[in-house]
Parts: sequence; structure tokens; C-alpha cells
Amino acid sequence: MTPLEHASRAIMWIAALFTVVFLMTPLVVTVAVSFGSSSIFTLPPPDWSTLWYERLANTRGLWPSLLTSLQVAAFSTAVALVLGTLCAIALVRGRFSGREAIATFLISPLMLPGLVVGIAMLQGFKAAGLREAYSSLLIAHVIITLPYIVRTVLAALSLFDFSLIDAARTLGCSYPTAILRVLVPALGPAFLTSGMFAFLASMDNYPISIFFTDAWTKTLPIQMLQFVEENPDPTIAAISTGLVLLAILALIVGDRLVGLRKLADF
Amino acid sequence: MKPATALSPWRDPVVLLAVPALLYLVLLYALPLLWLLAKSFVGPDGLTLRPYVDFFADPFNWRVVWNTLGIALWVTLVCLVIGYPAAFALARAGAALQIAMLVAIILPLSVGVVVKSFAWQIVLRRDGVISQFLVGIGLWDEPQRLLFTETGLVLGAANIFLPFMILPIYSVVKLIDPRLLEAGATLGAAPLYRFVKIMLPLTLPGVVSGVAFVFSMSVSMYVIPSLLIGDRFQTLSTLTGRSFLFMRNEQLGSTTAVILLALAVGVVVGSSWLARRLGSST
Repeated sequence: MTPLEHASRAIMWIAALFTVVFLMTPLVVTVAVSFGSSSIFTLPPPDWSTLWYERLANTRGLWPSLLTSLQVAAFSTAVALVLGTLCAIALVRGRFSGREAIATFLISPLMLPGLVVGIAMLQGFKAAGLREAYSSLLIAHVIITLPYIVRTVLAALSLFDFSLIDAARTLGCSYPTAILRVLVPALGPAFLTSGMFAFLASMDNYPISIFFTDAWTKTLPIQMLQFVEENPDPTIAAISTGLVLLAILALIVGDRLVGLRKLADF
Repeated sequence: MKPATALSPWRDPVVLLAVPALLYLVLLYALPLLWLLAKSFVGPDGLTLRPYVDFFADPFNWRVVWNTLGIALWVTLVCLVIGYPAAFALARAGAALQIAMLVAIILPLSVGVVVKSFAWQIVLRRDGVISQFLVGIGLWDEPQRLLFTETGLVLGAANIFLPFMILPIYSVVKLIDPRLLEAGATLGAAPLYRFVKIMLPLTLPGVVSGVAFVFSMSVSMYVIPSLLIGDRFQTLSTLTGRSFLFMRNEQLGSTTAVILLALAVGVVVGSSWLARRLGSST
């Protein structure tokens, strides 16, 4: 190998190592701080402690906001799964023009600034007479979750062999039974992974949710940012550690269902 | 069985399955966006460009625009410099390193931006790990605070957006046959020439989409600058948020929102045009 090739290999491995350390740093720091005894985020922690986790029980506003976030994420993911799957079937099976454009339109909320989408929806909902925060959150979060479902289910459907359904019908299944026993199991992994990541995206959303909160209705990220601004202490790191744990769980399930490499498809 | 000839949309019942989702998006997402856009051009007496003229007449607002674009360019550059070689490493790595890299890339994607920004507040402190590390290797004489500086903001944002640079580049690198480079070598091409003439053109579509992702996300980020740099440094996005949430100045907020929207749409349309051109020429 020439010196230049050696150099380019070295750059590659340094970049790889740096990437792993760099990307894991915020997560590791969060977990370390949450188990440390220091209230001023000293690292490495002078002593280990579960004090911040004990405080979670009495953190005002935390549990209601977590409940709101879970409800909104569950509802919006469920609605998006139904709407998104139906639409994906139409896009894969239908023979009409503009299917590409429709797919882009469905995924576009991912590409536009969340804040702008939030403002537009806020003004639109107001004009339509909807002022209640909770219902607005439910409606808005379907728009957040839908792109995740459409993207993954569309990819899975385009690999699905629809003649299998015809085969099932030839073998005596009714059309609904054929769908239920052939199509749904084949799409199962796509439903689960896309649903999981849509759920997490809804749980994490800040820039759209911020326009649909009031004194009683707050989602977890809104409440957390308020904690950070009012009184930053490692209790927030303890909440974060819980969310990191949820992400690890999603990663393990996703790996089992479709494999890590497939999750990295872009 | 597939129909032999295309049916008209009205005769093909499967089309109806797309209606609920499309209706939902058109009514609750597209129409509000169009309305926001239209309203920003309507004044008390008809069509007007007044809000935009006023906005750009104020030197403070130019500052805000430059802040936004400048930070986005820096973040994109940092992500590209780290992400390009990292994407190659990810494609060529052995099983163990590849798994470590995939976990490090995918896991943070499912962790919220508030969580990661809060973590960066801790990382960038005077006694944070970056300061400790740089003092430890002797690069800095004494600990310094990176929090609430532009450098800190670029570091934090680059960290949060890096996966969106690596993954699109990785998706093209993994399809490249390594024998192409060997063929180039056999034919007598020098290494640098091989990289510029073979590797670079083949990976360019991935680079374009990675750059588009990171740049448009950096332009519209809101939580990250709020936590890492604060009010002192305004971007289009923080100004938009503030004018709606705190200043109650909807006029200003709508103007900056439309400028942000135009930037984001411009990046998406421009990059997909560029990607198509690159795709057709290779």
C-alpha cells in the first residue's frame, strides 16, 4: 500500500472511532449524571446515588405530562397506522398518475420546519374554531407520525407479492380472511418498527406540541424544557435516562424484527 | 391478478383507500400551510410585500438571517468532514465495529432532542467532559466554558444531526463494488486520481442528500439553540418561536415562518433536482 492509502485508511478508522465516542457521549453523560450524587453535574461523579430517581415521585407536573405524552403518542400512532397503511396499499396497487408526488407529500412533514408546521396548524385550527389543547395535540400528532408509517409500510408493501392473496383465495379463503392471514402477518415487522419509531417521534416532539399546550395540558418534552429553564438539576437526567432506556428497548426490538442494518436504511 | 390495462382512477376502487389519509393531510396540514403563506402577502388594503420589505429593512434581521445560514453551514461542514469517512468505515468495518457504529448512530435518533440538548448543556460546561479532555491532552491551558458560545452550538447541533449525514452516504457507499477501485489501480490510476474520478462521483448523490438533510434541519432547529446559546444569538427559527410564544407579534412571526419555509422547500427541491441530475449523468 502507498502512504496515501495508509493515510486514508487511518482517517477512516479515526472517523469511525470518533463517531462512536462522539455520538454516545451525550447519552453516557446523561446516565452518569443521573446516578451521581452531585447536584451541579460534576463528572466523574464524586459518589453514586439514586437520590434523583427518588425525587421523581415528587416532581410536580412530571407524571401528568408523561401520561399526556403516552396517550397522544398511542392515539396518533394508531390512527397513522390505519390511515398510512390504507394509503400505502392504494399507492402500491393503484394505477393512477402522480403516485410519486403523493408519496412525497405524505412524507413532507418530516422535511419541513416543525415550528412552521406548528404555527400553520395553530392558526388553521383557531380559524376552524378548535381551541382545546388536548384535541389539537391529538390531531397534530397524526401528521407527525404518518410519515414514519407511510415510509416503512410503503417499502415493505412494494416487496410483497400480491399474488399470494389470490393464492389464498383460490385455496378457499374469503377476501378479508386472506388479507388478515396473509398480508397482515407479512407486514407485521413493518407495522411494529414503523409504529415504534412513530411513537417515539411523537413522544419526543417539541416544535409542534409547543403551540398546543396550556397550563393543564403539557407533553413530556415541553414539561422537561420548562424544568431545564426553571431549575436544572439531575432529576432531568433521571427522566432522560428513562427515555434512553425506552430507546434502547426500541432498538433491541427493531434489531430482532428487521435487523440493525435494515434499520439504518435511508 | 393484475389488470392488463390501466383503469381510469374512478374505476379502480383501490384508489379510494388513499382518500382518508390524503383528506386528513390536505385539510389539516396543507391548507393551513398555504393559508399561512397567503396571509403573509395580504395587508389591510390588498396584496402587499410590506412585511418582507420592513423585515429586510432592519439590519438586526439581516443579522438574524446570517446567524441562521452561518451556523447551518458550519454544522453541515462539521458533519460532512466527520460523516464522509465514517460512512466508508461503516460500510467496510468488520462485524463488531459495524454493530458498535450502527448502535451509536441509530440509538440517539430515538432519543428526544430535549434530552440530547440538555446533555450537551452538561458536556459544554466549564467543568464538562470536553473542557476536561482538552485540558487533559494539553490543548487548553485552563478549563473554558463552551456553553452559550457559537462553537458550543455548532458542536451540539453537529452531534445531533451527524446520523443524518452518515446514513445517506453509507447507503450509496455500501452499493459500490470495491473491485472498481482495484480495476482503476490495475489500469494504472494513482490513488488520489482513483478517489476523485471513481469514488467521489459515485458517492456524490449520498453527499447531496446528507448535506440537504443536515442543512435544512440546522436552519430550522429551535430547541438546540434555545438551550445551548440562549437569547443573545437569534436565528430565524428562534425569532419565529419567540415572536409567537413570548412577544405575541404574529406579524413578524408569520414573516419569518414563511422565509424559513421558503428556505426549507428550496433546499429540498434543489437537492432532489441535483440528485436526479447526478443520477442521470453516472
